[in-house]
Amino acid sequence: MLQDKDRIFTNLYGVHDPLLKGARSRGDWDNTAAILARGRDAIIDEMKKSGLRGRGGAGFPTGLKWSFMPKQSDRPCYLVVNADESEPGTCKDRDILRHDPHKLVEGCLVAGFAMGACAAFIYVRGEFYNEGRMLQAAVDEAYEAGLIGKNACGSGYAFDVVVHRGAGAYICGEETALIESLEGKKGMPRMKPPFPAGVGLYGCPSTVNNVESIAVAPTILRRGAEWFTSLGRPNNAGQKLFCISGHVNKPCNVEEELGIPMRELIEKHAGGVRGGWDNLLSVIPGCASVPMIPKSICDEVLMDFDSLRAVRSGLGTAAVIVMDKSTDLIKAIARLSKFYMHESCGQCTPCREGTGWMWRVMTRMAEGKADISEIDTLEQVTKQVEGHTICALGDAAAWPIQGLIRHFRPVMEERITAYKARISSPSRMAAE
Amino acid sequence: MAGSSSAGFEQPTSFAFDAESEAEIAKLIARYPEGKQASAVIPSLYVIQKQMKRQTDSAWVPVKGMDVLAERLGMAPIRVYEVATFYFMFNMAPIGKYHLQLCTTTPCWLRGSDDIVAACREATGIQGWKETSADGMFTMTEVECVGACVNSPILQVDDDFYEDMDREKTLALIAALRRGEKPKMGSMSDRQNSAPEGGPTTMLTLHFAPEA
Repeated sequence: MLQDKDRIFTNLYGVHDPLLKGARSRGDWDNTAAILARGRDAIIDEMKKSGLRGRGGAGFPTGLKWSFMPKQSDRPCYLVVNADESEPGTCKDRDILRHDPHKLVEGCLVAGFAMGACAAFIYVRGEFYNEGRMLQAAVDEAYEAGLIGKNACGSGYAFDVVVHRGAGAYICGEETALIESLEGKKGMPRMKPPFPAGVGLYGCPSTVNNVESIAVAPTILRRGAEWFTSLGRPNNAGQKLFCISGHVNKPCNVEEELGIPMRELIEKHAGGVRGGWDNLLSVIPGCASVPMIPKSICDEVLMDFDSLRAVRSGLGTAAVIVMDKSTDLIKAIARLSKFYMHESCGQCTPCREGTGWMWRVMTRMAEGKADISEIDTLEQVTKQVEGHTICALGDAAAWPIQGLIRHFRPVMEERITAYKARISSPSRMAAE
Repeated sequence: MAGSSSAGFEQPTSFAFDAESEAEIAKLIARYPEGKQASAVIPSLYVIQKQMKRQTDSAWVPVKGMDVLAERLGMAPIRVYEVATFYFMFNMAPIGKYHLQLCTTTPCWLRGSDDIVAACREATGIQGWKETSADGMFTMTEVECVGACVNSPILQVDDDFYEDMDREKTLALIAALRRGEKPKMGSMSDRQNSAPEGGPTTMLTLHFAPEA
């Protein structure tokens, strides 16, 4: 369990002043110039050694990502921060933006310097209007205090930070869609390659990082990679913000060590499952896009990238959605299918058509108005969407349904049988 | 879309930025590199929506507003239209004085968003989505995950989140809005933001000097 002395987000709940004075008292902006003085390579090296894996869902090593930026460039380079937090269940970046914004602003400078960027653009989801205002206030203060701007922290390095407000489109959380949106276009993902590190924002080398990945960087650099790897588990280093929602007694956000047992996380911080642990039915362990797991797996599983992958799910953004035995799981997943249908940008046919098809079939499945053989058809369609689209939204739409079928097929069959027993009507299929 | 009065509303025949909007737009354009002013299109569409709110008490984006913006940013009008209609937060038709945005995605649904929807319908008389109450006070929109799931269910009113809602709190909130009050946003239960109810389980041993 994470001890208070090892916490990075010491103002997660906004108990203290989120702005500069308070932030400084918590150690932010403490001799940032000395970090920059270590030089680009040393900073990236330390980040690589820390083993930090991206906190936005994919878990890609952050230091390695930074190292993809060109050492020399005749074009400007940019850091782009993904604050388009829209993954159902996830609300951790929101707390950083509104309660610890200086961790992010300082992180932008340090990360931006390490990758040779002249500016950071922070793309904040449109719904986070108030959070974006707090972040803007922090940025304004940082300019005022000379922490960023023409001579950032007196280092001689010029660095700008721009807060950009989005307008409500989940797809903009995908890095190339975010870049398109930032350029003033529809948020439609780009084909890769070229990767953003070669051709990104305005056609220039760019790196897109999640808010949390950037916000933890200054503390890691101050306390050292060794400190960070002493937390968590091998290949799953450090601490992480967890969001615990759904059927728990006390839903909350909390900072914990990676690798904490799921049961301990829920019982220690979220007041336990409503009605007790034995009343647990299933958990979506890492935001809406990862497959659900049944209680039998939840009993023992650890909350980190590799442990959850081993049970064919994922840590994602570490948003834990808890469902007790009163939950209609088919309906819960059907609602996620509706979400993906709504958010599909429509660019790729398998996703545009598939998400709507899957939602319509899932809606019938929730009612039981289907044929048992359609469960297989549904599973096959999810596999035809998965991996056949430009971005991962198609995969994200497929996985929750696959998880449901993998672990709760009998529930789906039972629903269909019960419906058939209730009403004897010919089942429909195909031309959904 | 463009210019349609068949949808039951009139598009204004002209639009001009007022002084407040002009100042905001100038600030927005200055944020982006030279020649990249198209980046300001989304933030500027909010400026139009806000100006309409100031002038007509309804936050929406008329076609003439998009045309003026297109000219300002050196974009073809169609590029502005396609952005405005791609994103979900721009209202392409007039809405009520208060915009009730109800999250019904799974994390909110698990914690009773159906009750919040029912309470809103009961209090406003609105039956469908994207409809406005007869008195012009409220528009109800179903939205996807707003990103405050540990404080679900959420009712977003204009730009503000009302969190940890239930039926009674929803009815009380709508009654307050009718009286012209705007209750304080955030958690409607006795919680410190996203901390567990009853108080944090962390940071019990680490204290900072009080910020004077």
